[in-house]
Amino acid sequence: MSTKLSRRTLLKTTAGSALLAAVGMPAIVRAQADAIRIGHLTPLTGFLGPLGEYAVMGVKLAAEEINAGGGVMGRKIDLVMEDSVNPQTASAKAERLIERDRVAMIIGEISSASGLAIGQVANRMKTVFINTGCNSDALRGTSCNPYMFHIEGANSMYVMAVGQYLLRENMVKGKKWYSLTADYAFGHDLLRVAKKFMEANGGQFAADELVPTDATDFSPYLLKIRQSQPDLVVSNLAGNQITNFIKQYSEYGLKFPVAGFGFDTVVAWGAGKGNFSGIWPLVWHHLVDTPSSKKYVDAFQKKYGKLPDNQSWGDYNSLKIVAQSMNEIKSADPQKLAEHLRKGAKFDVMKAREVYFRPYDNQMVMEMYAVRAKDPSKMKDQWDIYDALGAVPGPNEDLETIAPPKDGACKIG
Amino acid sequence: MQYVFILEQVLNGLLVGAYYLLIALGLSLIFALGGIVNLAHGGFYAIGAYLAVMLTDRVGFFGALVASPVLVGCLGIVIERFLFRRFYRSDPILSLLLTFGLAMVIEQGLRIVFGAAPLPFSIPAELRGQLLVGDFIYPRYRLFIFGVALAAVTATWFIVYRTTFGRVVRAGVQNPDIVGALGISLAPYMTAIAALGVGLAGLAGVLLAPIAGVHPAMGAEILTAAFVVVVIGGLGSFWGVIAAATLVGVVRGITIYFNPSWGEASMYLLMALVLLVRPRGLFGERIEKFE
Repeated sequence: MSTKLSRRTLLKTTAGSALLAAVGMPAIVRAQADAIRIGHLTPLTGFLGPLGEYAVMGVKLAAEEINAGGGVMGRKIDLVMEDSVNPQTASAKAERLIERDRVAMIIGEISSASGLAIGQVANRMKTVFINTGCNSDALRGTSCNPYMFHIEGANSMYVMAVGQYLLRENMVKGKKWYSLTADYAFGHDLLRVAKKFMEANGGQFAADELVPTDATDFSPYLLKIRQSQPDLVVSNLAGNQITNFIKQYSEYGLKFPVAGFGFDTVVAWGAGKGNFSGIWPLVWHHLVDTPSSKKYVDAFQKKYGKLPDNQSWGDYNSLKIVAQSMNEIKSADPQKLAEHLRKGAKFDVMKAREVYFRPYDNQMVMEMYAVRAKDPSKMKDQWDIYDALGAVPGPNEDLETIAPPKDGACKIG
Repeated sequence: MQYVFILEQVLNGLLVGAYYLLIALGLSLIFALGGIVNLAHGGFYAIGAYLAVMLTDRVGFFGALVASPVLVGCLGIVIERFLFRRFYRSDPILSLLLTFGLAMVIEQGLRIVFGAAPLPFSIPAELRGQLLVGDFIYPRYRLFIFGVALAAVTATWFIVYRTTFGRVVRAGVQNPDIVGALGISLAPYMTAIAALGVGLAGLAGVLLAPIAGVHPAMGAEILTAAFVVVVIGGLGSFWGVIAAATLVGVVRGITIYFNPSWGEASMYLLMALVLLVRPRGLFGERIEKFE
């Protein structure tokens, strides 16, 4: 037995195994003559992968419905779908989609770091990019550009949504918060916004801690939370982190109330019975009571056999908005599309009130929602994990009240 | 008061160490005997977790705790017999490529069959709850993991150090050619060790499924940590892996106590430090065939 494997090789392997996480799915490219090509670029692997899967389901359903209804200006929609993996890959793939695949525009992304990279490419190549999952306020502020649109709520909108309910339940003024924050662009941005809200309303931090995105064991953090006895535990975590946090928070049996400023239904569905607790914000959920919302839930369930989540909502509606706009302006020209979207065109995105992109920062101005975890004994099935708390802002308030402050950071208006 | 909190983190780190140990031990065994760096080890861990989710509906959690590692072990036999075996004597880069590919096949396979979203799974009702010892808190389930890990490691130790089987395995690690010259065929031993190592990964998967997200990339998530433990412990050293797993658990806990954002980085720093002082790892032995 004469193997030549040395200790050094094994050391190199340790680094190599990290590569595993970075290897993406192969590209799915289907060409079709005279169809309108739309690029869909979102993470399908890594800690945001579960969300990307729903994004794909949403956008595919939208394309199917649009094509069944006669397409756009009589032409079929042809999706070119890619796994964005990380900011570097996202940037390279965005360029390739525009230059080689000649897509009319790009929909997708969930990671704020990758979203920034795609936004820069979109701006340089003058192609519309609709962000369906990046929450970071910076994308609507210093990093904004005229070609990047946001159907996803900004961090500050999420904070306002949950914040209203925390204020109502007296969880802010004079209270001590303990926050856990995902250690990357999204989390840092969210922490900043959450801090601003908390300080403006008379709360304070017992501690705010950064958690690496690859952390799977939360026990050391949970022990620290228990030692500091906060009034509220705040999650600024993301993706699979939330699943692990929810499961282990329940394992340690901690009784401090929980609230989150960033959330996705999929990661809570994946946590399992009896583990989910607290108040969380969502850009949309399947309990939203409007006719178009019900129609979407039915169509999604019929096609995939499960309920749609907030991420699929973003990608589905983005494509619907693009198709509707192109039909209205009778053109797939990116310049004209951007102008149309920035001119305040109104859309039905399954919410009680119509929405629009505001020209100041291209953020969609819309209502947000909060949900509260259900008592496990009252859950009907594994999907029935929360009750709707209602929309923010309330029915008689201006939608702009929760949009990110117009502080002059974005210079495109 | 602070010392009490640090002590709590140290004790908690010991529990967490048990979890690193289960994953790293099998990796170390397979490497020591066959020289295969099993990059697919995390994949077997993930399969163990998915099997736990599926089997719990039918045979209950405790049934799954036994059945899942056994099934994963059987898969290990097949993989060893038809794949690993061809690569013991070839350039190690080939077995690296093989297991790297295998890891991707497993991850994508799980994604195709079950989807990318995490599968819901919880701690069984019997093991819920916490134990309060003075000021310290221990979830009953973590103590259970610790107990099972301890039993699994003791059993592995017994097999490797106290049986005829183990004697041949240890001889095979040191000098396979002499073992062959004595008229002992190592092939069945290789198969058994691969089944044992991969089965341990499956066991870790079952134990972690109730407290960590069950999703296709869960294997890739823990693999790097497992390699770090094996490297710190020293190749081929049984006790080294145990010491390293404990050390990594404790160092990570203490780091998070003082500076949370360094939590995951601390184990790599620890690895760098250990390798500077002891290039073969903590208890690394000199194994002729690997020099």
